[in-house]
Amino acid sequence: MSVRHALLALLSEGPKYGLQLREEFEGRTGEVWPLNVGQVYTTLQRLERDGLVESDESNDDGPQKGFRITAEGEEELIKILVALHLPGVDVHEVVQVHRRYMVELMQQWTRLKEDEGHLDLGFALVVDAELFRLDSVIRWLDAADGRIKRATVEPLRPVAPTRPMPSVKRRSGVRR
Amino acid sequence: MSYLEMDDVSKVYGEGATKVHALTEIDLSVDAGALVAVMGASGSGKSTLLTIAGSLEEPTSGKVLVGGSRLSRLSRNERARLRRRSIGFVFQDYNLLAGLSAVENVALPLELDGVPAKRAQSAAMTTLEELGLADRAAHFPDELSGGERQRVSIARAVVGERHLLLADEPSGALDSANGEAVMRLILAACHRGVAAIVVTHDAQLASWADRVVFLRDGRVVDQTMPPSRPESLLMPAPNQ
Repeated sequence: MSVRHALLALLSEGPKYGLQLREEFEGRTGEVWPLNVGQVYTTLQRLERDGLVESDESNDDGPQKGFRITAEGEEELIKILVALHLPGVDVHEVVQVHRRYMVELMQQWTRLKEDEGHLDLGFALVVDAELFRLDSVIRWLDAADGRIKRATVEPLRPVAPTRPMPSVKRRSGVRR
Repeated sequence: MSYLEMDDVSKVYGEGATKVHALTEIDLSVDAGALVAVMGASGSGKSTLLTIAGSLEEPTSGKVLVGGSRLSRLSRNERARLRRRSIGFVFQDYNLLAGLSAVENVALPLELDGVPAKRAQSAAMTTLEELGLADRAAHFPDELSGGERQRVSIARAVVGERHLLLADEPSGALDSANGEAVMRLILAACHRGVAAIVVTHDAQLASWADRVVFLRDGRVVDQTMPPSRPESLLMPAPNQ
């Protein structure tokens, strides 16, 4: 799923501001794919150009500009969601691509601390922070992979009624 | 040039209904001087891969070459000699002999290979010095910390002219600082030309490797691309 599709999916829940879209995107992907504001607005402009979203009438291009999905946008989104549920999409493979990407990032961070003699303490702490953050994402992926594997053997029972998700404030971590 | 080569290796345990495919069609080569990490969940076949690479177990099919010699063509004694001379093993629980001091443990594989005791001890001492353990040489395993014990077992794995180092969860019971110290020692051995495989479920350990291979249900399902330049981390992410 691309950023374009993710933003469409978020807008299908109701109109949102650009900044809000960015925060929700990062929150729901476990901050795995940090987005910059520029990426969000460029994507929204393209979606608007293609008639899939529309924005407020105001000329304000700042964070207070609201966006909503159009009928064409909803149609496009349904097509994508149908494609995602097609048989043949291997969930383990999707998890693995994500895991490999995280490990590759960790390899790059580890290279930075290889030469211990020239490692500045402050920088070493930043590298450790980033390595532990990425490591926690991989542990989560491993747990998810295992849960999905078990669920295919023993399907999860539906849980009713739906409870609202606990609201968790985004932490401010070390950013790349 | 690759020092270890596994070509289409499969391992099956049991028969009929109890048949278990521990490894299926594994292709893996490790160059001299390279560090390869093998990651996977419990039961994915990681340890089996290591025991086959180390000639402790024979594959059901496929071939394994260590230093150019095909293992299936070597006699039992020749394989034992290869293990003593060329292959070093590092285990999660160290496997040091309790009745021997650190330096005696390190000298053991050389002595078993017929090197006179004095020469073996001298080579062991040199290796312990290189690993910063000279002052612990006379201590027995139960007088050493977990981190020190693992460093001694690495010394034992690289002493003499070893070319292949095989490590199974080498920092299993260690904290992150000691785990990092262990990986630095293994990496240093690779820089001296040793080919190494580290089997682990710990991504922090695996990230020290040149290449990370992912196992699932006995198959290699993926591997990392060669790492890009570290500087790329400090540049802004490209627009998608």
